[in-house]
Amino acid sequence: MLLEISDLDVYYGRIQALRGVSLSVDDGEIVTLIGANGAGKTTLLRALSGLRAVSRGTVTFEGKDITHERADLRVVHGISQAPEGRGIFPGMNVQENLEMGAYSRKDRKSKAYREDFDRVLGLFPRLAERRRQFGGTLSGGEQQMLTIGRALMSRPKVLLLDEPSMGLAPKLIQQIFTIVEEINQQGTTVLLVEQNAQQALSRAHRAYVMETGSIVKEGTGKALLADPAVKEAYLGVA
Amino acid sequence: MTTSNGGPRQRMNQRLRGYDDRRAGWARSIRTRWHALPRPVRWLGLLALVVVLYLLPIIQPPILTTPDSDFGSVLFDAALFALVAIGLNVVIGMAGLLDLGYVGFYAVGAYSVAVFGSPNSSLGTGYPWLVCVPIAIALSMLAGVILGGPTLRLRGDYLAIVTLGFGEIVRLTAVNSNALGAAAGITGIPHPPGKRPDGTDIFSILNINAFYWLALTVIFIVVFGVRNLENSRVGRSWLAIREDEDAAELMGVPTFRFKLWAFAIGAAIGGLSGSLFAGRQGFINPDSFLLQFSILFVAAVVLGGAGNLLGVVTGAVVIAYLPERFRGFADYRIFVFGLALIIVMIFRPQGIIPNRRRATELAVRTEEVAEGA
Repeated sequence: MLLEISDLDVYYGRIQALRGVSLSVDDGEIVTLIGANGAGKTTLLRALSGLRAVSRGTVTFEGKDITHERADLRVVHGISQAPEGRGIFPGMNVQENLEMGAYSRKDRKSKAYREDFDRVLGLFPRLAERRRQFGGTLSGGEQQMLTIGRALMSRPKVLLLDEPSMGLAPKLIQQIFTIVEEINQQGTTVLLVEQNAQQALSRAHRAYVMETGSIVKEGTGKALLADPAVKEAYLGVA
Repeated sequence: MTTSNGGPRQRMNQRLRGYDDRRAGWARSIRTRWHALPRPVRWLGLLALVVVLYLLPIIQPPILTTPDSDFGSVLFDAALFALVAIGLNVVIGMAGLLDLGYVGFYAVGAYSVAVFGSPNSSLGTGYPWLVCVPIAIALSMLAGVILGGPTLRLRGDYLAIVTLGFGEIVRLTAVNSNALGAAAGITGIPHPPGKRPDGTDIFSILNINAFYWLALTVIFIVVFGVRNLENSRVGRSWLAIREDEDAAELMGVPTFRFKLWAFAIGAAIGGLSGSLFAGRQGFINPDSFLLQFSILFVAAVVLGGAGNLLGVVTGAVVIAYLPERFRGFADYRIFVFGLALIIVMIFRPQGIIPNRRRATELAVRTEEVAEGA
């Protein structure tokens, strides 16, 4: 397993946000985590990136225990997150935002770095057109692309995506998910947190369903798409 | 519901672009015109400005000069204020940490010079001023790290409250400790060194201009250092922390370490200013380090344009100089001064000479608040 989470508890003050969450992501997979607002999906990602302290349980990455590792070192290990919504740097232009994504890299003068840069701009031609524009003045879709592109600039082994479809028009959502698949096919493992269950489940190899801080179901993406309870709760089908 | 002017995102973009266009009014046109000039012309322009700044106390320009107080003293005070603003700008403008107790570091610097330099102090070492300055800088940095270590884990308003307390703690410690001269203060603080050919001191109460020139020189050196820092990896890390601390952490920025650096460097510059102040006064007591100075320091940075060096220097000069220039207004001068501050903040919330990045951050944030409401 590339990333293994077992029996994780996370608290906000006295309120428990995660209850014994266990989840695993294998090399090369797209794993998705679906659930309603407030189920604890973002909290889990924050804990994985080291922004939230864990009270109990372990996080293992490539066989190494990183439960209490500092956030900046996790990026070096190869965990990179594209945060939800407006997680870009508004006063940096597109180019500078992408450079921030490569902050943890030591090879910023190398050919590999240039190639990664071109690869990201190739995935998101819109960003290439707006290279000198401030992040804060981009549209919602462009900002979303920028957070994903920026996260890729660190050359992650696993990419954590927090609701990439949030607030986007249906056509753009399609486009973003297609790009996520493309990124995966280029060799990056993806853990995708989503509310758009239809899209997420149909693209994922495996999936988990989260409710009020616990994992309540898991299976392949296809199996969960066909599951009557999932259908009713998340796909709006009676 | 569909409207012709699109969703909130489109409206925000329109407003941001509109804002950019308005800037073009004067600030940007001056900037672009300046950059369009050939390099030698720009260098000559800067050189002329520097020369004029050094000659100010001798020229005593008719409208600028202060009829009711000594112009040299006012210039020194303004320069000192500018230096403090440059230091506080590292903390507030560059790293985005609201420090409301900056006078504390200024006091640590001044008291270091007093305690180590004055023969009348509890230590009585009587070191010369030049020896005291590095001690002052080191001790203020240490104070910055001691304050920052536990508190930089706090964010936003919480940090502001704790630093506010720090400023007062430093002052009250001085008031209540006999080793620091208590309320009476410490006398006999050494001036900077140097003698004229005729044997008199260069730096003395009789010759305030020398202090102004010294302060001006220190400012140029510090500005050079801070500018280099701003364009380095350190500056970029501060920028990321200021714009979005969570995102900075997700990029792998060791945020705590860089915030601590911002605090330490800001404190060092504050301490340096304090040591200049002590060297000029020859005497300090706790009344020189009241809470209101912290507030005025922050006002200088915010009024001038946090994050923009030229801006914060302008803000500092405005705040230190205007009340002196209008001393003739007697009791109304503070009122007029306050009114001026409010008016500027209404019409230019991003400061007199704004930093472009910060102006965008501000516009985005305002828009988010409006949407959330």
